[in-house]
Amino acid sequence: MKMLKTTLAVLTAAAALGAVSNAQAGATLDAVKKKGFVQCGVSDGLPGFSVPDAQGKIVGIDADVCRAVAAAVFGDATKVKFSQLNAKERFTALQSGEVDVLSRNTTWTSSRDAGMGLVFAGVTYYDGVGFLVNKKLGVSSAKELDGATICIQAGTTTELNVSDYFRANGLKYTPITFDTSDESAKSLESGRCDVLTSDKSQLFAQRSKLAAPTEYVVLPETISKEPLGPVVRKGDEEWFSIVKWTLFAMLNAEEAGITSKTVEAEAKSTKNPDNARLLGADGEYGKDLKLPKDWVVQIVKQVGNYGEVFEKNLGQSTDLKIDRGMNALWNNGGIQYAPPVR
Amino acid sequence: MQNRIGAQKGLSLNDPRVRAWLFQVLTIIFVVGLGWYLFHNTQTNLQHRGITSGFDFLDRSAGFGIAQHLIPYVESDSYARVFVIGLLNTLLVTFIGVILATVLGFIIGVARLSPNWMINKLATVYVETFRNIPPLLQILFWYFAVFLTLPGPRGSINIDDMFFISNRGLNMPGAAMADGFWPFVVAVVLAIVAIAAMVRYANKRFNETGEPFHKFWVGLALLIAIPGLCALLFGTPVHWEVPQLKGFNFVGGWVLIPELLALTLALTIYTAAFIAEIVRSGIRSVSHGQTEAARSLGLREGPTLRKVIIPQALRVIIPPLTSQYLNLAKNSSLAAGIGYPEMVSLFAGTVLNQTGQAIEVIAITMSVYLAISISISLLMNWYNKRIALIER
Repeated sequence: MKMLKTTLAVLTAAAALGAVSNAQAGATLDAVKKKGFVQCGVSDGLPGFSVPDAQGKIVGIDADVCRAVAAAVFGDATKVKFSQLNAKERFTALQSGEVDVLSRNTTWTSSRDAGMGLVFAGVTYYDGVGFLVNKKLGVSSAKELDGATICIQAGTTTELNVSDYFRANGLKYTPITFDTSDESAKSLESGRCDVLTSDKSQLFAQRSKLAAPTEYVVLPETISKEPLGPVVRKGDEEWFSIVKWTLFAMLNAEEAGITSKTVEAEAKSTKNPDNARLLGADGEYGKDLKLPKDWVVQIVKQVGNYGEVFEKNLGQSTDLKIDRGMNALWNNGGIQYAPPVR
Repeated sequence: MQNRIGAQKGLSLNDPRVRAWLFQVLTIIFVVGLGWYLFHNTQTNLQHRGITSGFDFLDRSAGFGIAQHLIPYVESDSYARVFVIGLLNTLLVTFIGVILATVLGFIIGVARLSPNWMINKLATVYVETFRNIPPLLQILFWYFAVFLTLPGPRGSINIDDMFFISNRGLNMPGAAMADGFWPFVVAVVLAIVAIAAMVRYANKRFNETGEPFHKFWVGLALLIAIPGLCALLFGTPVHWEVPQLKGFNFVGGWVLIPELLALTLALTIYTAAFIAEIVRSGIRSVSHGQTEAARSLGLREGPTLRKVIIPQALRVIIPPLTSQYLNLAKNSSLAAGIGYPEMVSLFAGTVLNQTGQAIEVIAITMSVYLAISISISLLMNWYNKRIALIER
């Protein structure tokens, strides 16, 4: 009798499991609001993009994008928690729901946009793959790298692009792959490999971490397109729009010349109709996105516009000293362009 | 009139056999149902989120380079080929590691039982040190602190202009097939067959007449003579390519990359420490009466150990030894930390990331490890049965 009871109990439990419906995708915003914070996937330590500073706080342009999303949703840029992910776990972490948004210098490609159940919400940084070599080798161009040993991070588009480039130019190379960018940099320093390859922004960032940065030079060639941007899960249009328009809001603010210092005054007394719409003084554009009216004001006040964020993390005042280049606004020589808020 | 259990015709829950059947059937339904539910749930969720599933990705072109591949590989080969290369690299490390760890483990285990105080203590220190440090740390130590601190290729240690040791690995002369290769292979096979026949004949003669036969020397002579004759007739089987430094790296010849060397060395040393303890406990399990009896027959240390003690100790040694071999096979996956392209870092790392199909890739990887482990287990169990003492 006891065995019968146990069996029945177990069978009922199984039936109950079956009756529970699958978690609906499309509820990320609700889940985030209920949690009270945005869970953001960032890298395991890339200066300029997402790296812990001396106090352990994650700083960088990718981290700031997540803070901007939190500022838009909650009005408070500190309501964000960071998960540091390496290149192998980043997509499964997003697919499984462990993070709400992946802002981890991830390249936008068709296979990632289509076959993985994920969508890219914009481009934070237009980049390309380059090579970092020791000046001692006396190499001045990527075409002289025949037979070199190259350190690459495993599972990145860099692996594929380097392979294509060398094949197309009839050159040979030996790849050594690592899980984290730090390990690859360490191997370059020890001489295990001749060349370190990655997105050029990463090369500048890694070079600044080496013991003797002036001994290394980034070769002039850029061998591929690497648009880096935030990623969210497919099927959740609401959340997708929020992340997308957060990035656009930062760009629009820079285009309009609104900075973190001037945004509040501008919001109260602007005469410019575009700015009025952007900052919520006119119209209900925030409501369309299910965000509060002053969502752009909060983003710009607490995090900054795109130019401020770029300068703070990657610009001339940092060790990286990266030029705006392609990442300048469309009317300033670059290709960053945001659709209007109206 | 009398109610005899077992004589009842109808199905009744009072009958223990009926109950047993009922619960077994229900359990099977439950287990199968759970399995089907999990599978179906996963499929539905994957479809719902737009994540592609299925095994078609194995035909897609890989597009990336691999540092060490035992079979020919170009970047346009498929992911399936990448999987095979990763598998071969894992098996290579496992195979070499098992052999070396067993040899080293036996030596250390016997050393720990030596009456010589110095050898005894050295062996103890070895076991205690290497057993207690996590394997990943040992691998990282060998790789970063030893192999990577070797000089670069331009300053490599040069042995005879043929072997070069640098932080790019051990470069050695490589064999390339020449005319006499396939006849040589046939000759080696013939030599092995001849040796097997000779051993059978020698054992039979020994069992019948007690006359010993120089098995070892005759076997060696056959092994040298038959292939040697073939090489003379058909030409050299291989010609050697010496590595030469060109530009960045050595070109030509074979290379053992430092990742492979570090991984094999670390795993060998780590597992040997465990095997030493297993061997020691196996030898101690043989009753001292056996040693005394062997001594009283006039056998010295070496033959006693080899012919009397160890065959009996093997019964105790083999089962835990199997576990250590399985541990070594699985610990080889720690290679991902140093970039050795074995199955986990290549297939469950790079391929998983490029295709995003985590479930299929991990399922394949787990199944393969399971298959490797079960094969090792089966092999050792067969060997165990063969050497088991048949008690009367």
